[in-house]
Amino acid sequence: MIARAAVAAACAALFAGLSWVLLELPVPSGLTAPALASLPASGVQHPVTAALLNYRGYDTLLELAVLLLAVIGVWSLGRGELQDVDLSSRPLLLSLLRLTLPALVVAGGYLLWVGTFAPGGAFQGGALLAGALVLAQLAGRGRAVLGREAPVRIGLAAGVAVFALVAGGLALARGTLLGYPPGQAGTWILLIEATGFVSIGLTLGALLAGGRPRTVEDRDA
Amino acid sequence: MPELDPRPYLVAGAALLALGLWGVAALPHVVRKILAVNLMGTGVFLVLVATAARTPGEVPDPVPHAMVLTGIVVSVCATALALALAQRLQESGGGLELDGRGKEAAGPAPAPDPECGEPSCRGGREGAS
Repeated sequence: MIARAAVAAACAALFAGLSWVLLELPVPSGLTAPALASLPASGVQHPVTAALLNYRGYDTLLELAVLLLAVIGVWSLGRGELQDVDLSSRPLLLSLLRLTLPALVVAGGYLLWVGTFAPGGAFQGGALLAGALVLAQLAGRGRAVLGREAPVRIGLAAGVAVFALVAGGLALARGTLLGYPPGQAGTWILLIEATGFVSIGLTLGALLAGGRPRTVEDRDA
Repeated sequence: MPELDPRPYLVAGAALLALGLWGVAALPHVVRKILAVNLMGTGVFLVLVATAARTPGEVPDPVPHAMVLTGIVVSVCATALALALAQRLQESGGGLELDGRGKEAAGPAPAPDPECGEPSCRGGREGAS
């Protein structure tokens, strides 16, 4: 009990000190001006997407690697169950899924596309794709969306693989990691974002199963 | 766009961070600790976004926004991994309370899988089906 009170006191002191420091911080000059100044050359028209895929592209590349590592970690800890529930006796749920799942995927794709010039991008779109996969799993249709192991594995790895190939290829061809050729940055960014979108959505959606999904072959064995 | 005072958000971020740190240190249950780590992360994101709003200029600083964006996705993944580890911990009979008292505090361990009692065998969940 004394230890708990001591921890609480220490955390309260941390809060007080941290608040004071944060409030006393001088107003930062920030990176807004350089980020906006380089925007015409970045290949996209939105500064957050430019920071993610161009200025700090190496950071996003490693983030995608972290996502893949998380799936590998969860899959190596045990097997997850993907349900295959027959929904023909539950027409309301079935029609809800038929309406919402395509809408979520389309909205995710729209967010991916709109990220070029407005708030949006691979991470936001991927979150919607993950929402669609979570919804399908909660409705008992996990086997239908994540049941085939080979495409799921390719999709999970595609984001970081394509990003790493582009980064490595550009490093070999132009001498700079992720140094996009002038005028082509937008195309490369869209390619990386599109595969990243699929991988982010699949990663977040597949994590819900809590382990490597059992395949049909496993069941028979 | 009307000016929004970022100071309350900075203080709220510091509060979430301190509260989460308290939870990690003081709460024995693993799932509560995982929730507390998420609270700490949320505090950091709040501070980053509030800092971005403090920078001069028409638009907020895009770089902290990009970091928060990727950070949220990574924190979701880290939470999933932590929850999978917690599930393994429970399946292995260790209980979910990290209060130093071990199994007694967590009640009786789950019954061993009749087909495979070895600890190396993956799987309470496999045995459950």
